Amino acid sequence: MSVLVIAEHDNSRLFTGALSTIAAAKKLGDEDLHILVTGSGCRAAAEHAAKVAGCTKVLLADGDSLGHGLAENVAPLVAELAKNYSHVLAPASTFGKNMMPRAAALLDVQQISDISGVESPDTFKRPIYAGNAFATVTTSDNPKLITVRATAFDDDPAEGGSAAIEEIEAPADQGLASFVGQELTQSDRPELTSAKVIISGGRGLGSGENFQMLERVADKLGAAVGASRAAVDAGFVPNDYQVGQTGKVVAPDLYIAVGISGAIQHLAGMKDSKVIAAINKDEEAPIFQVADYGLVADLFQAVPELEKEIDAIKG
Amino acid sequence: MKVLVPVKRVLDPYVKVRVKQDKSGVDLSNAKMAMNPFCEIAVEQAVRLKEQGVASEVVVVSAGPQQSQETLRTGLAMGADRGVLIPTDVALEPLAIAKLLKAVVDKEDPGLVLMGKQAVDGDNNQTGQMLAALLGWAQGTFISKVELQDGAAQVTREIDGGLETLQVKLPAVLTVDLRLCEPRYASLPNIMKAKKKPIDTHSPEDLGVDVTPRLQVSRVEEPPARQAGIKVESVQELVKKLHEEAKVI
Repeated sequence: MSVLVIAEHDNSRLFTGALSTIAAAKKLGDEDLHILVTGSGCRAAAEHAAKVAGCTKVLLADGDSLGHGLAENVAPLVAELAKNYSHVLAPASTFGKNMMPRAAALLDVQQISDISGVESPDTFKRPIYAGNAFATVTTSDNPKLITVRATAFDDDPAEGGSAAIEEIEAPADQGLASFVGQELTQSDRPELTSAKVIISGGRGLGSGENFQMLERVADKLGAAVGASRAAVDAGFVPNDYQVGQTGKVVAPDLYIAVGISGAIQHLAGMKDSKVIAAINKDEEAPIFQVADYGLVADLFQAVPELEKEIDAIKG
Repeated sequence: MKVLVPVKRVLDPYVKVRVKQDKSGVDLSNAKMAMNPFCEIAVEQAVRLKEQGVASEVVVVSAGPQQSQETLRTGLAMGADRGVLIPTDVALEPLAIAKLLKAVVDKEDPGLVLMGKQAVDGDNNQTGQMLAALLGWAQGTFISKVELQDGAAQVTREIDGGLETLQVKLPAVLTVDLRLCEPRYASLPNIMKAKKKPIDTHSPEDLGVDVTPRLQVSRVEEPPARQAGIKVESVQELVKKLHEEAKVI
């Protein structure tokens, strides 16, 4: 049997989360790795998928009904294709989380969410209780539908493949939902889930303006800016900055937590960072229990100083 | 329009999770349980729809151990009209819950199902999507805003890059994100009133649903502990350590 990966893309290239999902798929040991690219005007993304090392075939479903990734239109297509595969994998992004369970229910299989490890082709490890426990689960469902925690697998960027692209027919619009509009956050900084360095702010920042202090440091480090739920709820930054159980899960080389207490729900999203540094004026803050380097200090003095010190090193 | 709100009893999200010695699961004996926070938001939104005159009746439904009745009472105290309990000692998976909910939807014929985007114990984020699939309804997941219009709902969804707005045909399943609304506290008089509100009970067998788990959990473990770190005295020392010792900047 073979494995199908549902790739998320921006119409021209696959996202890093898709590459991590492909890396997870390769651990299943199957010979055939197919990548499904769905969307509207997404041929370039399919061409990128065809170059992915190890990919043996790309399925391209290009049509208006698939344009905005509506689950009502994508899930029936995935469910139909899934019958030819032993495993179907998608990234545990908002796209994958929205669409995959719908496809799984159409197939009457119990999906496995957000896997962080592949033990064998039917046994997977996944976080539960906000990452405070890990469950190892075995499934006998067929096909196996799985979403993948991108940060748990290398986003293998290896190219050099030359898979054939097979066009398949886009399904008819189910007429259940339609796209109205979107407001995407514009930023020149790296994307949060793939950034090597992240500097995050919490309620301690006090206002949205004060996040500019973090942004200046971020720009010097080539870092992304994240936030705790408290900072998002207070309106300091948009919701897509949120790191945590209900936001994004990140695992950068360096995570700098500024003015973040370290609630369980926040730790769930960043505990797997290689190095954690924390700046907080409360020395009892739980963030210090996971921080490799902790500094008890007022962030309003420490962050500008941090900027200067980084200048000194980089200079 | 009748609104159905599924609610789940989970370990209180502020309680520290303890994994059992034998690695068979998480120790819930004597642990404080609560309504899943996302479900609270769904109840709140449903009650607001009733207060706005949009919803005619709010029905809360819970599947799980007998004590899930307490979770239903919490929903009733927040303003729901009546409850449906599906008692079972089987550890329910999302697909089984979605099938149970479909059976309740078939009985109750609601115009809208409002539910949490995920439960904070299993962290699956599946049940609403599965229910929508089984019903053949539209879905609006991770919503932070909802406006009901004639025969449709305009929903704003929290997506990875920001926000997205969809128009979904009713009836639909909507799953709520944290920012949709702030749930109210139930007042003492409302808690007292909730005791008199009716709760119907249907077993999974009554509903004709096989809830046998599909996944076998072989072990549950604690995550690897992080090594204790050090405290530094100054920003200068912090940057020096990050640069020379950790080599991350």
